[in-house]
Amino acid sequence: MKKSKSLLLMIALVLVIGTVLAGCGGNNNNANSGNNASPTNAAATDNAGTNTGTAGEETLAADQTLRINLSAEPPTFDPAQAQDSQANTVLKTMYEGLTRMNDETGQAEPGIAESWEISADGLVYTFKLRDAVWSNGDPVEAVDFVNAWKRVLDPNTDPTAPYAYQLYYLKNAEEYYTKKVADFNEVGVKAVDAKTLEVTLKAPTPYFLGLLSFYTYYPVHKSVEGNAKWATSKDTMITNGAFTLTEWTTGQSLQVTKNDKYWDAASIKLSKIDFSLVNSGATELLSYKNGELDRAGAPTGDLPSDQLPIIEKELPNEFNRKGIASVYYYEFNVTEKPFSNAKIRKALAMSINRQALIDNVTLGGQLPAFGFVPPGIAGADGEYRTAIKDSYFTEDVEAAKKLLAEGLAEEGLDKLPTFELSYNTSENHKKIALAIADMWKQNLGVDVQTVNQEWAVFIDNRQNLNYQVARAGWTADYNDPMTFLDMWVTGGGNNDTGYANPEYDKLINDAKVSSDLAARQEMFAKAEQMAIGDDMILMPIYYYTNNSLTKEYLKGITLDFSGAIDLTRGYLLEH
Amino acid sequence: MASDNNLVSVEANLKPEDFRKVGIDERQAEVIQRESLSAWRDAWQRLRQNKLAMTALGILGLIILSAIFMPFISKYNYYSNDLMNTNKPPSSDHWFGTDDLGRDIFVRTWYGARISLLVGLAAAAIDLIIGVIYGGIMGYFGGRVDNIMNKFSEILYSIPYLLVVILLLVVMEPSLGTIILALTITGWINMSWIVRGEIMQLKNREFVLASRSMGAGSKRLLFRHLLPNAVGPIIVTITLSVPNAIFAEAFLSFLGLGVQAPISSLGSMINDSLTGWLYYPWRFLFPAVLVSLIMLSFNIFGDGLRDALDPKLKK
Amino acid sequence: MGMVRYIANKLFYMLVSLFVLVSATFFLMKAIPGDPFTSEKKVPPEIKARLYEQYGLDKPLYHQYFKYLGDIAQGDLGVSMKRLNQDVSHLIGQTFSASLKLGAVAIVVSVIVGVVLGMLAALYHRKFIDSAAMVLAVLGIAVPSFVVASVLQYVFAYKFGWFPVSGFKGPLNYFLPVAALSAQPIAFIARLTRSSMLEVLNADYIKTAKAKGLSWIQILSKHVLRNGILPVVTYIGPMTANVVTGSVVIEQIFGIGGIGKQFVEAIGVRDYTVIMGITIFYGVLLMLARFITDIAYVFIDPRIKLSGGKEG
Repeated sequence: MKKSKSLLLMIALVLVIGTVLAGCGGNNNNANSGNNASPTNAAATDNAGTNTGTAGEETLAADQTLRINLSAEPPTFDPAQAQDSQANTVLKTMYEGLTRMNDETGQAEPGIAESWEISADGLVYTFKLRDAVWSNGDPVEAVDFVNAWKRVLDPNTDPTAPYAYQLYYLKNAEEYYTKKVADFNEVGVKAVDAKTLEVTLKAPTPYFLGLLSFYTYYPVHKSVEGNAKWATSKDTMITNGAFTLTEWTTGQSLQVTKNDKYWDAASIKLSKIDFSLVNSGATELLSYKNGELDRAGAPTGDLPSDQLPIIEKELPNEFNRKGIASVYYYEFNVTEKPFSNAKIRKALAMSINRQALIDNVTLGGQLPAFGFVPPGIAGADGEYRTAIKDSYFTEDVEAAKKLLAEGLAEEGLDKLPTFELSYNTSENHKKIALAIADMWKQNLGVDVQTVNQEWAVFIDNRQNLNYQVARAGWTADYNDPMTFLDMWVTGGGNNDTGYANPEYDKLINDAKVSSDLAARQEMFAKAEQMAIGDDMILMPIYYYTNNSLTKEYLKGITLDFSGAIDLTRGYLLEH
Repeated sequence: MASDNNLVSVEANLKPEDFRKVGIDERQAEVIQRESLSAWRDAWQRLRQNKLAMTALGILGLIILSAIFMPFISKYNYYSNDLMNTNKPPSSDHWFGTDDLGRDIFVRTWYGARISLLVGLAAAAIDLIIGVIYGGIMGYFGGRVDNIMNKFSEILYSIPYLLVVILLLVVMEPSLGTIILALTITGWINMSWIVRGEIMQLKNREFVLASRSMGAGSKRLLFRHLLPNAVGPIIVTITLSVPNAIFAEAFLSFLGLGVQAPISSLGSMINDSLTGWLYYPWRFLFPAVLVSLIMLSFNIFGDGLRDALDPKLKK
Repeated sequence: MGMVRYIANKLFYMLVSLFVLVSATFFLMKAIPGDPFTSEKKVPPEIKARLYEQYGLDKPLYHQYFKYLGDIAQGDLGVSMKRLNQDVSHLIGQTFSASLKLGAVAIVVSVIVGVVLGMLAALYHRKFIDSAAMVLAVLGIAVPSFVVASVLQYVFAYKFGWFPVSGFKGPLNYFLPVAALSAQPIAFIARLTRSSMLEVLNADYIKTAKAKGLSWIQILSKHVLRNGILPVVTYIGPMTANVVTGSVVIEQIFGIGGIGKQFVEAIGVRDYTVIMGITIFYGVLLMLARFITDIAYVFIDPRIKLSGGKEG
């Protein structure tokens, strides 16, 4: 009974992925779905018009203050220094890049750029900027982008931008950072005139327009020059987005207020957003139920996982679940015995019951993963995961036992020695590790020692290959399978498995320079088959979901494919 | 010693037959005396009359025995999962219900009590020994010795505890021993300060001065006069040391640095169940009640012990 | 003359202690794996190298150590390595103000309630009031603070709706965290007061005072309270430092951005300058608290001499 119900839920979820989550943002969904073909000014106005239209039928609440929780305080509001999703949530309300993501269609829409042209080889983008102004009234000009990007790429910025490499798509950007090129004029960004920006790429990048909506690409006001501390105080923060920072007390509260000078201020209905900074899921849930928050849960906060099934039943109209482009997995240290043996790795991957784990332990309606690229990531035509099924292996205890026996024989072992499964401190990671260790024990008879490590210690150990099996998770940086698959190239910065396969490297390198979308997709499929199907360098467990609660009177909040939230177009109905 | 010589010289002028034995040895005059019972047997007698304290002791004994033997009588163990039976309320099968991985809470609670008691008692014992000796020396000798030792404990006390714990857990194997060590590394300091304060206050008291003027040595003063008189606050502190250590372990669990799963401790069980205590009260209730019972018993027993040991409360 | 020398002496020792504390913490902190730039998404080596260079982490350890000593000697706690470009002093100021406000209220509440409970228990020794007060006190000790906090939050904020669940904006926000924060100190103080008051009440000089015909009020205020409160004073010193530096558990559950939460966070991300800054701050606070305790001792108990008992 319970099983079939959750199966139904799964199917429903698959259908929902990539579209909108049920309650929030559902209202203006249909109206927007048609206008993504040619990004023009008209489309954007249309969008704004639709919003107003929808709202017209309902009565807006007099007090348009949105109250929401951030489970971690963003360490900085300097777009060049930001590195985390919480900063992303707040920066998105304060800044606007050349493009804006339309979360419902997954397409980039005009932001500060009102239109653009792309050269035939896919290398040169020419953006026409609209008449937007900064919160102090200065016009937003092409040179603001050039200066902002120069700040990111300049190793002498105080401190240097940790995400500088997010701009390495530009021609000569990496060379400039590493001082192989001294003159910034040789880097692929140029202000042709006040309202025209020309960007030249190193290689054709199909997802570049989407990248431009990312915070590292935001413009900054010229006043930041020479003031390293500008982003630490609301008084020196001049922004160009829908809201401006009006209050920030470390650890206590954060508040942004509507920016009347924002070019699209007409479609902004919220007057204020109050962020509380609570990092306890139980407290957040109680605050929400008590009416102190208008929205709770992922991605800004957290709901206690063991209460998800209850909340779902108690508050069916407020509960939302949305699949996001992230994957939870266990990686193997393939450089050391016994996990240097692919058969042993496969045996472990095949001998757990993912659905049982999701139904009874994680409880968030996640999707069992048998591949590495999650649903929601764009492919050549539609979603990658729809075109390429993740059927690289199946759960089969008998076959797993056989594989294990073969693997052990190859290694000259009678029995798999007790091994360590490490995870970083977290209630959920602990539960999953214990459940999987127990499944291995019951299904394969292997003994596992679960090891809890403090976060930085854990990361340090994992990056130095000082582990046997370790938990990991990966979220998309941009909407392309590349963000998942280029991790596993030999010596790759995030390749913590020690995997080194020249054939795999070649596939990824070819995909990087290819502009043929269908051919790229083929290469990705082959690479994924290699890493998961053939070598099982990691054991996929599930694709993440975002579980959240939204009051019924709160509308217009959207989430993108990766689960990032856009609060700017939200509004509150009378309640 | 001087007074001894005096006595001998007075004796020398008289003949033995001039004296009649009265049954009092005058050389023992400065020793606190009532009956020939030792202080501890005396205390035990008085403690036995305190029903509340004896009940507490009985409950403690029962809990300790249960913690040792209960895990053996159940057919379940503390680590095996049963994902088909997660978060089940108490039943004839699982007396205390099951937790989020379908593990039997009855076994986990008693096993957890075993671990918590072990941690608490071990840590308290170490705190007591180091704290009393260290604090006694500080308070008694005072001056430079006190200053230096006090500074040392103050510095140790102000080093961020969490840093020490993380380092310990990284450097050493994550085990119970490491946790106990982490708890005692600064745990004894409070005890030493309490003892120091008491001794400083006591050592200028009339009875101590009297004893000293009659030639009692440092060791004797410290162990026969000062510490027994400071025993009240020491007992109060030690009865708090056990719960403190148990709570400190729970706090480490709260930060994710407690006992390694799947081992349970009462603190970590409460902590794990806290977010859902409204919905799965049995997961929270049993370990919480047991922990409170342990604390309560320790405190009540400690109070009784204090009353029994305090020489000034004799009627 | 004794007082001035005594204080000067104490201050000198405090400086030495502080130096040892700073050194110990510095090397301890550096011995733990990971650094402020450890992240799950690894930054490319050239960027990491540049970050190390800018924060001086590429230099040998002793170099970093002496540089840090030099900086703090000039009163400069530096900038956070994680909350980029934010001054450590500013961070401490903002988070400490929350902890201080909460802690100060909690201390006043615990001392008043604790001493009154303890006195009542001692004066009515072995009577009903004694048992009742001690049961109350014992309950405060017997229940872990995170349980107290969660239950208070649920019952009084959610069920009854009297107080907000979380946040730290108005006076209403104080009630629950203060209650949770003072439960344990109240219990401790009540027990200490009771125990030492009982001793004092049985002491000979009180009997003498009674015999001299002094009124109960006089005896209580002149002798009993002053002597009975000594152990409490000993306890208040470290407790003050402990309470005002924030309880991570309480701050986390009630969503209050205090210095305790900030410190745990800083350790978690290896924000070196913030760890050091808060450690120094905490150390100074603790030493001051001890210092004031010692001075208070001298005033409360005239039998303790400033020289600290050289006659032994």
